[in-house]
Amino acid sequence: MLQTVRNDDTAGDPLILGGERLVSRLFLGTGKLGREELIPDLLRASGARVITVALRRVDLSHNSDNILAHIPGDARLLPNTSGARNAAEAVRIARLASACGAGNWIKIEVINDPRNLLPDGYETTKATETLASEGFIVLPYINPDLYVARDLLNAGAAAVMPLGAPIGSNRGLQTKEMIRILIEEIDLPIIVDAGIGAPSQACEAMELGAAACLVNTAVATAADPVGMAAAFGRAVAAGRAARLAGLGRVLERGSTASSPDEGTLTGFLDA
Amino acid sequence: MCNDDVYSPLADGFVPARAACARLFAESVSAAGPGDVRRALDKDTLNEKDFALLLSPAASDELETTARRARDETMRRFGRARQLFAPLYLANYCTNRCVYCGFHAGSGLKRRALTPEEIEAEAEALHVTGLRRVLALTGDAPRRTGADYIAAAVAVLARRFSSVGIEVPSQSVEDYARIARAGADGMTMFQETYDPELYARLHPTGPKRDFAYRLDAPQRAASSGMRSVNLGALLGLGDWRSDIFMTGMHAQFLQRKFPGLEIGFSLPRIRPAEADSAFRPSPVSDRDFVQALVALRCFMPHACITLSTRESAFMRDKLLPLGVTRLSAGVCTGVGGYARPTPKNNVQFAISDGRSVAEMAADLEKLGYRPVFSDWLLPGGGDLPLAGALRNALSATGTGA
Repeated sequence: MLQTVRNDDTAGDPLILGGERLVSRLFLGTGKLGREELIPDLLRASGARVITVALRRVDLSHNSDNILAHIPGDARLLPNTSGARNAAEAVRIARLASACGAGNWIKIEVINDPRNLLPDGYETTKATETLASEGFIVLPYINPDLYVARDLLNAGAAAVMPLGAPIGSNRGLQTKEMIRILIEEIDLPIIVDAGIGAPSQACEAMELGAAACLVNTAVATAADPVGMAAAFGRAVAAGRAARLAGLGRVLERGSTASSPDEGTLTGFLDA
Repeated sequence: MCNDDVYSPLADGFVPARAACARLFAESVSAAGPGDVRRALDKDTLNEKDFALLLSPAASDELETTARRARDETMRRFGRARQLFAPLYLANYCTNRCVYCGFHAGSGLKRRALTPEEIEAEAEALHVTGLRRVLALTGDAPRRTGADYIAAAVAVLARRFSSVGIEVPSQSVEDYARIARAGADGMTMFQETYDPELYARLHPTGPKRDFAYRLDAPQRAASSGMRSVNLGALLGLGDWRSDIFMTGMHAQFLQRKFPGLEIGFSLPRIRPAEADSAFRPSPVSDRDFVQALVALRCFMPHACITLSTRESAFMRDKLLPLGVTRLSAGVCTGVGGYARPTPKNNVQFAISDGRSVAEMAADLEKLGYRPVFSDWLLPGGGDLPLAGALRNALSATGTGA
């Protein structure tokens, strides 16, 4: 039987984002779910409290039969600009979300590449600059590019959301080295978004120093989405705990001792 | 991915490349064996020759393997969400004499074009079903229902729907742009067949007779700013294998020329009832139809694939996992049929799946899919009413800030 993930181990280590204290560092997507009614169970099983919804997918035909109706009141709704192909469209969708009372958090997705779904860093930065100046808490989805991330920092982004691999690919941290650089260089929370296909990959991202992970496809397309959400909740918490505990250095080889035949590199100092 | 021999003449459009694509298909298929098909299916990304192999007779033996790959690709890209829409027939005046079509100029059909008030009534009747995506159709009658009429109709629809597509005769770039400004975000164009000689026999008179002008219509639409282009051949007119191959190559060409364009396919099989009695279609079996679908899905995993009510409820349900991502529901193929019933003999084609929108949505849910009614936010209706509706939706849930 599934139980709600307790994040007690990391309760003293909340992620502060947009002035809010987030105990769980797992964010969930909704775009590929088979049943919207699963959302409360996914949140409960995983411990996640941030859930992103494409505003374009919000069905306005029925107030009660609407994806928003399935999001518990204590969850943080993170509208996203999925479908936007340029900064202007993203800004329009963000303002629409705000005007309708969905709050001032916005995940910026600007994608003009339907084949690969790769984000447009330039247009994303433009949208971020506009929306941050209007008071939005902006979470932009990007390729892990240091220069774009710096521009986003300067533009007022609240976090940076680099992709681990192309959306839906389940290939994990293909961009690991680039994400590592962002974690080291950018003074913002780095939230790994897209490509994470298994809990072990989310755990790896957290061990690397990511502030959080966003998962959609891997949960939505699992045979048991609720069970998979629970597994991700635990994996993210475990990865974060490991990061805080301090991971040992991974040696390239079994030993660093030099061979006597080679002599020493500093022996000349004693000569 | 790119085959330079095929695509080198593409600077001016798909027309110059059509013959090279046809040659590539013929060469690839004639040499195909089961081992070639299996090797193609083992690749991460399929190129044009692989696509041709999947459409070859030899690939019929690997249909289950291809279907499994198509299923996996569809799940990876689209998950369990499936879009719903309905066609809305604005007018059936037509000056063409397409020998397979119930709307052709020689048929005894009662002709009409909806007035703005009637379009509003149709829109309202569709809107209450929950649908937010609509595809507006007309016959080919430039004087009665030309670009001015289409743009005006689209403007009415854009006030109510979050996405408005058009399936209308070929337009100029300027007219596509005008229709896009009125609120259309996508166009569907059926080339019918990519075989120019057959095309000429099937379209003896009327503006549609111009094969090349129609073939380049999707490119003109994409140039005009339309967000999406949906392509299709009417399966059963000619050789389905080569027509599907050419459809895929046409899409590939457009995707390369317009990387931001949302590409889609429709897979209509010709239906009886409406055609000229002298016309004899080339039947496409269910097995062939599945082969066409899964080959397209494996070649272009990101493309939206539409299946209309020309197919039975049984087939539509069974094809959902294999690549279909958009379905029509609650369909009437007559003019003005949503607000008022249309006589059965006054439709373009007889539908095979008569499920209402609610029934279709319920059946999708039973099969484990989420019906998606809205998938875009057209600015045409103005953002303030939309914001008001969203605010109501949110206040009903207590979600948000």
